[in-house]
Amino acid sequence: MIKIVKYILLDILRNKIVLAYTIFLFAITFCVFSLEDNAEKGLLTLLNLILFIVPLVSIIFSTIYIYNSSEFIELLVSQPIKRKSIWLSLFTGLAGALSLAFIIGAGIPLLIYVRSVTGLMMIVNGVLISVIFASLAMVAAVRTRDKAKGIGFSILLWLFFSLVYDGLVLFLLFQFSDYPLEKAMIIISALNPIDLGRILILLKMDVSALMGYTGAVFKEFYGTEKGLFVSFSVMILWILLPLLYSLRKFNRKDL
Amino acid sequence: MKKASWILCCGILYSTTLNAKTIKVGPHQEIADITTGLQKLSNGDTLIAEGGTYHEKNLVVDKSIVLIGINHPVLDGENKYENISVKADWVTVDGFTINNSGISSTVDYAGLKIYNRHNVTIRNNIFNDCFFGIYSQNCTNCTIKNNQLSAHQVQEQRSGNGIHCWKCDTMQIIGNTISGHRDGIYFEFVTHSIIWRNLSNGNLRYGLHFMFSSHDTYAANIFENNGAGVSVMFSNHVHMFHNSFRENWGDGSYGLLLKEISDSYIDGNIFERNTSGIFMEGGSRIEMYKNTFRGNGWALKIQASCMDIKLKNNNFLGNTFDVGTNGSLVLNTFDYNYWDKYEGYDLNKDKIGDVPYRPVSMYSMIVEKNPPAMMLFHSLITTLLDKSEKVIPSLTPENLKDNHPLMKPLQL
Repeated sequence: MIKIVKYILLDILRNKIVLAYTIFLFAITFCVFSLEDNAEKGLLTLLNLILFIVPLVSIIFSTIYIYNSSEFIELLVSQPIKRKSIWLSLFTGLAGALSLAFIIGAGIPLLIYVRSVTGLMMIVNGVLISVIFASLAMVAAVRTRDKAKGIGFSILLWLFFSLVYDGLVLFLLFQFSDYPLEKAMIIISALNPIDLGRILILLKMDVSALMGYTGAVFKEFYGTEKGLFVSFSVMILWILLPLLYSLRKFNRKDL
Repeated sequence: MKKASWILCCGILYSTTLNAKTIKVGPHQEIADITTGLQKLSNGDTLIAEGGTYHEKNLVVDKSIVLIGINHPVLDGENKYENISVKADWVTVDGFTINNSGISSTVDYAGLKIYNRHNVTIRNNIFNDCFFGIYSQNCTNCTIKNNQLSAHQVQEQRSGNGIHCWKCDTMQIIGNTISGHRDGIYFEFVTHSIIWRNLSNGNLRYGLHFMFSSHDTYAANIFENNGAGVSVMFSNHVHMFHNSFRENWGDGSYGLLLKEISDSYIDGNIFERNTSGIFMEGGSRIEMYKNTFRGNGWALKIQASCMDIKLKNNNFLGNTFDVGTNGSLVLNTFDYNYWDKYEGYDLNKDKIGDVPYRPVSMYSMIVEKNPPAMMLFHSLITTLLDKSEKVIPSLTPENLKDNHPLMKPLQL
């Protein structure tokens, strides 16, 4: 399995798109911090960027990569290797490469400009979001043989998590505005990895506006060590559940 | 005749100086305690207390005398008594340390209390752990100057106000430092008074609490890190100049809370890093010039119940939301302010933007109506909503706009 992971990882790292993605992240992070004299403001710009671009690139690139290596997968399946280890090494390679790209691209400038807990939180969340969306891409890719359909589905997933979900939350908030929803919001926020990542980072930085009642409830939960543990566990679940689901599908799939 | 009156004048002056006595009390003097010393004095005399600790229980000053402490002698209230009760006019208390007054939920014990008097001066004293610090009721023309008051209670019920004025007139509160009390400075039914150059920080409730007090001025004070900031309520003709309101964090905490205020001026103040810089409800005819709002959650929350508020030449820098409101009715004017979020242009180079600026964002309206929506702070959907609202305003009040936004921040 390690051999396959190594092969896939090297293959992805040689890929021009990942290289371009790394350079793009690197350039944009540097630009943001050198343009804004205020590091806090730079972090906010970067936050929007990370929550927008990182999931998009992760899910689309992973989906396309899996479709493109379908012949390679078929070749491996014909060998005496377990399907499980093929699928998991594919995922490990993708997740590892994307995380590496994020750490080099955004992590290094972040560490240079913002040496604080907020910066660290951003790197950790960026890596987790990269891995989560690689895992979601596995689901998108395993569902159908049709490449166009698969990519379409992955775009839909990204759109859902970054835009539609929040729209639905807003709709629900206004429908149930007569009820105290602060506690429910904690659960609702955990159901979307992008929201969860955003809130975790925001609680570390722009406390001013979030310190309303909702902010206080969030801080009381996510601010504690227990809350932090729970939220990172939820993030890990977001990696594991789609991955295990796709693995089950792949095991039974007629290639 | 002229000469005779001159001699008469000098004679009167001479006789008064002759008559005024000065008594020293202290551990090394003939008289060891202040109460005994006071009995030997009459109006116009001076008592000097040397350094040391005095257990006077409740010291009642009922003659017009000057009390001076050398090396800050300590008057200990043993957590049972009111340390000093001033019951005469023209009294001065200078340079004492007043510790541990009684604490009660039925009696307002104070370190020093002035009862229905005029022309009393309290200066250069240190108050430690008193229930109320300096309490003046029904007083006129008193000066409270350069005192330091600190307390360390945790519960509001066990703590009184630092400087408490009730039903007073022409008071001067100058240069005091107050921390750890319930309200730093409390005004109720106080008129024609000035609060100048005080520092009020770390109090449990308000840094300054202002009720039913008209024709007052507070200037050049610093209010920092108080439980709920500063509140000015049900008053008119209040002048607030050059104060700093800083670091008031939390829900229900405001840099400056204004409720039912009219005919007032708020000029040259600095609001920094508060959850809400100013929260205004039911205000009318208030003019706000040359204030700076920096790094607040909301710089200004102005409810629809306000009218004739004029905002001119203010700087709005780095606030999360510039203005929040709760309705579509706008009877206030915003003009010639600098907003760092302004994205317009200035073609004729007159340093005034050519398109109006709308300081209320769609998202701030949503949060105002539905606070849990704070969960979507900085998410893609709220950014999109804000942008589309900027192009075609529908939810945000149409008339709440600055027609002449400045292109560069004012030098304040």
